[in-house]
This record gives sequence, structure tokens and C-alpha cells, in this order.
Amino acid sequence: MTEPGAGTAQIGVLIVDDEEPARSILREHLERVPGVRVVGECANGFEALRSAAELSPRIVFLDIEMPKLDGFEVLELLDPSIAAVFVTAYDAYAVKAFEVHAVDYVLKPFEASRIALAVERARERLSRGTAVRAGELHAAARPEGTYLARVVVRDGSRVHIIPVERLDAVVAQDDYLALKSEGRTYLKQQTLSSLAAALDPTRFVRVHRSHVVRLDLLARLEPYGNGSHVAVLADGTRVPVSREGHARLKELLG
Amino acid sequence: MHPILAHQGRLLPYLAACAPLAVIVTALLARPGGLFLGEAVALAIPLTFAYAFMGLSAWYPCRQLPLTGSKALPLVLTHAAAAALISGVWVGLAALLSGAYGLIPAFRGLQGRFASQAVTLFAAGVLLYLLAAALNYVLLALEAAAQAQRREAELAVLAREAELAVLKAQIRPHFLFNSLNSISALASSDPPRAQQMCVRLGDFLRKSLSLGEKTSISVGEELELSRAYLAVEQLRFGARLEVEEDLDERSSRCLVPPLLLQPLVENAVRHGIATRVEGGRVRVGVACGGGRLRILIENPFDPDSPSRPGSGRGLENVRQRLAARYGEEALFAAKRLADRYLVVISVPAELSA
Repeated sequence: MTEPGAGTAQIGVLIVDDEEPARSILREHLERVPGVRVVGECANGFEALRSAAELSPRIVFLDIEMPKLDGFEVLELLDPSIAAVFVTAYDAYAVKAFEVHAVDYVLKPFEASRIALAVERARERLSRGTAVRAGELHAAARPEGTYLARVVVRDGSRVHIIPVERLDAVVAQDDYLALKSEGRTYLKQQTLSSLAAALDPTRFVRVHRSHVVRLDLLARLEPYGNGSHVAVLADGTRVPVSREGHARLKELLG
Repeated sequence: MHPILAHQGRLLPYLAACAPLAVIVTALLARPGGLFLGEAVALAIPLTFAYAFMGLSAWYPCRQLPLTGSKALPLVLTHAAAAALISGVWVGLAALLSGAYGLIPAFRGLQGRFASQAVTLFAAGVLLYLLAAALNYVLLALEAAAQAQRREAELAVLAREAELAVLKAQIRPHFLFNSLNSISALASSDPPRAQQMCVRLGDFLRKSLSLGEKTSISVGEELELSRAYLAVEQLRFGARLEVEEDLDERSSRCLVPPLLLQPLVENAVRHGIATRVEGGRVRVGVACGGGRLRILIENPFDPDSPSRPGSGRGLENVRQRLAARYGEEALFAAKRLADRYLVVISVPAELSA
């Protein structure tokens, strides 16, 4: 007689939830799924990123509302080869969860079989080997009429949180974005289009194919020949303004 | 527009009520040495009904100068001037009418006979003005009463709506689902605690359902509901959630609208304690003094944690309900400091018996 699930490789799972009872029931259900090994439990987003780097799980079961970093932000900063399953009491985030390519979305409370099914789906996704670029989609998958409140950036083992009111400008550089905030620059792998789409259009303007600036930092516009312009920011930084960018600025500033 | 003219069906009864006045005016004009009876009737009837309309114009000075809240001198002078003006116009009208009647052979000499009655008619006009002014003041009072009643009804509807809104928001589904999830977890790992949580959740639900029907409850009862809620949350959050209560015996007997504190305490947990890795302490302070009841709810929050949707609605609901019940007398302030959140409420103290 073969053990159910025998033959499948052991798969490492990380549990992330800020409530102890919620973690314990997940662990209980997960440990009964054949071939699953729970590699760790984390109570917040920072811990989750650290543990994910140390313990290399293949699947993460993620709560959404947590201290420091919410589940979506954790997913954005995780290694994209990790499969994420959201586990939450809120059904309101479901659409957003699938837009960021979560493998599954489990509602609390849940039965053991539901957790087994989530593991099944994660295995399937992992076997197809499709890497997921969550960061791209996270920015786009916000609720209608709301804008990004903060941008999270991973820098080695450190996580920087930049509230948008302190984000001064964004410059596209090859595959990366350079995010300027209070005199410092943070690099993030994302496209300018996806970030620009998630920022409040009344506060941030894409003045150029590779430049976004915060509107209240704009000091003046100078002509730069051939119909193009240069924007001068409060700190003296000069940013190129394309024809489209100039039209957008004129519309915003009236 | 004048209320009598503005409503169909009021004018005819009003004119009918004026008919007896025509008899009096007739009698006045037909006094011995005055007009012949036929002449008096012919003059009095159109004159009385003309006055019925002219008297309505007293509405405007009456509305400008309400009996309460106006100074006596301007009140008397204004009405005296209005009375003189209207009576003067009325006597003039009567003179014109008698002149016109005088052209008819049967009424020859009417103009001369009328002249001797002009002063009497003027005096009658002044008296009629007083009557008209009194009528207008009564109408104004009735209108004000009706308006006050309408406003009261509107306020009652508003208060009811606000209460229904809080009832709907009262048992927030996420709280139930999270609690059920905890129970499901504890059922296998710690059955006695699972049982305890079922009891506490039941206790909270029973209390909040029974309070919904009341319009006022004591601060003490309201705090018990908050405690029942916090007892459930404590099983979820463990050592992360601490509670500090500070209230005196007197304030616990003060009356407040139901479900005032509990949603605020729930906000303090969801948007405060739950955002902090290390948790924190929710402080609830209630004090009664100087005719006011003051409530303070304070909680720490982590400014570096993402904000969660939904806090604005709960606060707005409490603000509306306070406004519906206390109007201008309610003070409600929610303040976000660097890492603490404060909600302050001050309302007139109502002591229960």
C-alpha cells in the first residue's frame, strides 16, 4: 500500500499571520497534508521576509492585515518563485489577490480539506515553473478610486517604506526604477508605467517617458528648444519634460 | 405669500367669517344723523370685503416684528403707522365709492352725508386693523408650531437612521470570522479556551443585540459591552492587547446612546493595537462633572504599518449619532498624533434615576 502523497517531494511551507491561534490551526492542517513540511511561523511582514530568505519555503500562507507590511507588500518583496496563498477573514481582497497572481485565497474560518486544496494548487503552479512578478501587478491591482499610499523597496535584507508624500521623483533606469526620497535614492525592479498608474494623478505627473515628479516640488518650467521643456524642482534638480509631459502639466496647472 | 391666500379652501371660510363685520360697519354708518340704511348697506358690504383683503397686509409687519423678541416702541409705532395708512386708504376708498354712488339718482346727496361719517369709519378701520394684526399673529404662531413639529420629526428620523446604521455596522463580519477562526484553532489545541471564547463571543452578541433596541443606556452598560468585546479579542491577540479603564461611579450612571463606545474601542484595536508587532494598551477614560460627560479613548498605533480600510466610517457614524441626539451640545474630536490616536467626546451629562 502506498502512502497518499508518497513520491511527491517534501515541500517547505511558511506560515505568516499575526494571531497565534490562526497560526496554530494553519500549522495543524498543513502538517496533515502529505509531503508538506512547515518550515516556520512568522507574526509580521518583516519576519516573513527574513524567514523566507533563511528557510527558502516553496509556499507561503499569508495573512493580509498585519503590522509593518501587509500581505500584498510581503508578496511584492518575496522571491517571485515562491507560491503565495492568502488566508484572511476578508472577502474584499479576493479580486486584488488574484490580480497579484496569488495561487489561492482562503477565507477564515476554513476546513482542513480547504488547506489541502490550496497546497494542491500551489504544487501545480510550482510544477509549471512560472515565475510571478508580483510587484508589477500589485501596483495596478488597487481598489477603484484609491491610490498607492506607500512604496515598499527591498534592499538586501532591509525593507524601506516610502510614503508617497515623501516620494519626490522617479526615474526609469534600464530594468529598475530609481525612487528619490528626501535626498536618497532607492532602486526597485518595476516598470515606470505600472508605478505611475498607481500614483495619484493629481499629485504625481509623468513629465517624460522615464520621469515622474511630485507636482508640489515643481518650481518652474523653462523652454529647452524644439518645443521641449525642462522642469526645475524646488531643490534645483532639472528634469526633462517631453511634449506629452508638457501637455499633462498644462492641463493640471491650468 | 400670505397663508390664507396660499392655500385653496382657506379664503372662503375667511371671507365668510368677515360677513358679520359688514353688519357692524352698516350699523356704524346708519347711526342716527348718518346714512340711510340702504346707503349704509350698499357701502358697508364692498368696504368690508375690501378690508378683508387689505387687513391681510398686516402679515408683513407682524412677521417682521414678532411679539416676543421685539422692542415695545418700534412695535407700537409700526402698527400705529400701518393702521393709520390702511384706514386712511380705506376711508379714501369709501369716499370714492360714495362719490360714485352719488351719481345714481336714488343715492343723491350721499357724498355729503358720508363726509360726516368719515372720522367714525377711520376709527373703525383702526380697530379692524388691530383685529387683523391679532389674527395674523395667531397664524404666525400656528405656522411656527407646525414648523417646529416638522423639524422635530425630521430630527427623529435622522436619529433613527443613525442608530440603524450603527446597528448594521455593529457586528462587523471580519470580527466574527476572525473569532470563529480562533475558536476553530483552539478547539483542537486548547479546548477549554475554545469553550471560553464561545462563551465570551455569545456574551458579546447577546449584549449587543439587546442594546440595539434601546435609545439610551448607562455608561456602565456600554462599558460592559466593550469589555465583552475586548474579552474575545484578548483571546485572539493574547498578551499584545492590554486594556486600562478609568471611570468613577457617577459617570457609570450617566446615559449615552447605545453602541457609542464599543465601535470606538473596536477601532482602537483594529487600527491601533493590531498594527503594532508588540501590541499595546487601549485606554478608556470616562469622567462626569460640571454638567458634562467626557469620554476619552486612546490607543497607540504603528505609523509604519499600512493603514487599514474602514476607520473613517465608524467615526463618522458616531459623530452623526451624537449630532442627531445632542445637536450643537456634542463635541467629538478624533486626533492622530505621531504614534497615538485619541478620540474625545463631551456631551451634556444625563444621570439615570
